[in-house]
Amino acid sequence: MSGRTTDVAIVGGGLIGAWTAFFLARRGQRVTLLEKGVVGAQSSGVNFGNLRLQGRFPGQYPLSLRSQALWEDFDALIGEDCEFEQTGHLYLAYDEEEHVKLEGYAKVSESHGLAIERVGPAELKRRWPWLSERAVAATYSARDATANPRLATPTVARAAARLGVEIRENAGVTAVERSGDGFALTLADGGRLHCGALVNSAGAWALEIAERFGETAPVFPAGPPQFVTEPFPYRIEPSVQAIDGSVIFRQIPRGNIILAGYPRTAADPQANRAPVPPAKTLAAMRALARVAPLLAQCHVIRVWSGIEAYLPDMIPVIGPSETTPGLFHAFGFCGHGFQIGPGVGLCLSEMIVDGATPTPLGPFSIGRFRSEATVSEKFRKEFD
Amino acid sequence: MAEIVIIGAGPAGIAAAEMLCAKGLKPILIDEGARAGGQGYRRPASDLALDMNRLMGSEAEKYTALHRRFETLLPRLDYRPQTLVWAIDGSTLHLLRDGQAETQPFDRLLIASGAMDRIAPLPGWTLPGVFTLGGAQVALKDQGCLIGNRVAFLGSSPLLTLAAKQYREMGAEIAVIADTTPFSAKIAALPGLLRAPRTLVRGLWYMGAALRAGIPLLHGVMPIAIEGESRVEALVLRDAQGRERRFACDAVALGYGLKPETQLADLAGASFAYDPDFRLFLPAIDSMGRARPGLYLAGDGVRIGGADAAEASGALAAQAILADLGHGQDIAVTRTLARDVGRLRDFQRGLARAFAWPKAQIAALPDSVTLCRCEKITIGEVRAAMAKDLGPVEVNRVKAMTRCGMGRCQGRVCGPALQEIVAAEIGGDGAAAGRLRGQAPVKPIALAAAGSTA
Repeated sequence: MSGRTTDVAIVGGGLIGAWTAFFLARRGQRVTLLEKGVVGAQSSGVNFGNLRLQGRFPGQYPLSLRSQALWEDFDALIGEDCEFEQTGHLYLAYDEEEHVKLEGYAKVSESHGLAIERVGPAELKRRWPWLSERAVAATYSARDATANPRLATPTVARAAARLGVEIRENAGVTAVERSGDGFALTLADGGRLHCGALVNSAGAWALEIAERFGETAPVFPAGPPQFVTEPFPYRIEPSVQAIDGSVIFRQIPRGNIILAGYPRTAADPQANRAPVPPAKTLAAMRALARVAPLLAQCHVIRVWSGIEAYLPDMIPVIGPSETTPGLFHAFGFCGHGFQIGPGVGLCLSEMIVDGATPTPLGPFSIGRFRSEATVSEKFRKEFD
Repeated sequence: MAEIVIIGAGPAGIAAAEMLCAKGLKPILIDEGARAGGQGYRRPASDLALDMNRLMGSEAEKYTALHRRFETLLPRLDYRPQTLVWAIDGSTLHLLRDGQAETQPFDRLLIASGAMDRIAPLPGWTLPGVFTLGGAQVALKDQGCLIGNRVAFLGSSPLLTLAAKQYREMGAEIAVIADTTPFSAKIAALPGLLRAPRTLVRGLWYMGAALRAGIPLLHGVMPIAIEGESRVEALVLRDAQGRERRFACDAVALGYGLKPETQLADLAGASFAYDPDFRLFLPAIDSMGRARPGLYLAGDGVRIGGADAAEASGALAAQAILADLGHGQDIAVTRTLARDVGRLRDFQRGLARAFAWPKAQIAALPDSVTLCRCEKITIGEVRAAMAKDLGPVEVNRVKAMTRCGMGRCQGRVCGPALQEIVAAEIGGDGAAAGRLRGQAPVKPIALAAAGSTA
């Protein structure tokens, strides 16, 4: 249609926005990616880097598995490396109740075709002798992986740019209006943009756009407290997670241990800051030393967090607006958006170009917040 | 009674504690070191027979007096040596003492965290045998050790000649004192330096002493490399006449002036502004050292001024605390202190011009030079990351993309050089390159420090 400056405008240059731009460009769409800061900042850049398949929300497996295949093909697809490593993921249970839960997760994973290995205490000790002996049971998934979040989004964005996507950093959006059957956007620098379809992938800042079109979701900002240790010889291959959520850590081949701890920490999207309270750093340090006592004398060199968007049922909003044709939402990834990022981008591109995606996304509809929201058990545990 | 905590038991911290104790207050004085005195007035280990009078030279009297004053003060202080402040959260300090984490609340916080060397990399600077100038002095004053038998002093600082003199007196041979700033720049800066004639005379005297001893003292050099197979064997440079010269040595001390240790001020919520003379981001303070309500900064940890300025600024910040607590302040004392601090810091500003940070030399370094030694990142890797599409144009983002500044030292060593590399790539000044944001822990802490229970 004449007067349009682009087919699709994407608000939010995080991982979701970058992948969506990439797949839309592959389908021949003219795309403009608008980012208020720089691409891949906040939760896209500062997350733990986990590409975990075990223990996900059951309704998310089709999306997750589709996404993992894209991560596995990253270098060929994108043409650059983002330190993807198929490290496997080890889930630990410390009592019988946790063991039952672990078994429940394993059954769900297996029902979607994921290979899950049950590991008893003797086997744990043999294969991962650096673990403390308290674990009563574990499950191991070899297909789980990790990647470097600091590199991933800029890399995908560069690939999108090579396909013709216009990427505009430091381009905050100040107003969005309906314009014919498309949208008109006003930018902070006064610039205007007209587009046919609009993708709202603005993370912790996404609610404003949704509310502009009469939709809402109880989204709030938070961030996981994370830290990294000095490097030491590479010994710990899989990502290791205690099922109670107290600790998840991994060692990167260059030797550093990266840890994400819970409960999550408060974040301020206005000031663009998510400071890590030192008490949470200490709690995470204790938790790590309990799980892997050999690390007790390992030094923590840096802590960080970043702003992520959360929803009380701990599942994201992904899919078309229910009020406004041409508007698509993808936000509120509750700390597990990294793994499904490529899949979400692919599904959104299919919805926009083909009108539908083969991947079931029903559970992620924004419409679920029209009635009273359910609060996940995970939510109660992972926040204080 | 309001809890007043002073971080740093150097001249600034001691002077502040003295002023507060005189008013009947009992501050907590936290120091990372084992013995009070800070870096400049460092005390040797007690079982070491070191002639500190000889080592301190013209400053011996002040050295002795400061330590005597501290001894007098000790019974009226809550002094906590060997205690690291690793994080600040609101009005709580997070400490590490005897390997264990603990906390200390405060109402007023004075940070006098001191300074460290500013380092310009060059080929070979990570070889064993290369020390910072400050490190070379610490080895001498703390342990009575020399960093080598034949030592080259390279950088841009009046302290090069002072340290060389100390080393020579302790038996080391001096291979060369090589300063990257041309002699003409020093002459041009003289008028400004006349604001502190005593310090100026002392500096000239050190230079004279070096020349009298037949030590090559070169100005306006262009460093080429530190050479050596597995450790330092020689310093190679181009002198002001353009000749390449090689000085055999077994150790090199690098000193390009000092930079304030501002990480704690950052964690305590100070705001920062770029200072074009020093080419550093420095915490913003008022004339008495207030950075924000309840936070005071003094000494070389906020503005390089030397020991005398540190003492005066510590006392001045204590006056600010007293005034803010409603104790009233001595206007005459405050005025004198403020004048002294201003004069001495202006002198250092002059020195920063006379002994310039070699920004152009750093910007011109070859790609192969290591920039971040903790993470083994070369200058070339930083330039390559910045040259990519959507490449970073600011130091924090460069750090995220390359790991430069992410290691054990958290960019304290590579930060100033990184700033110049980034500034040169974007064609801007140091302000445009940005400031590496501080994050806890300020120094690495072991997991075991957290203890086993909550």
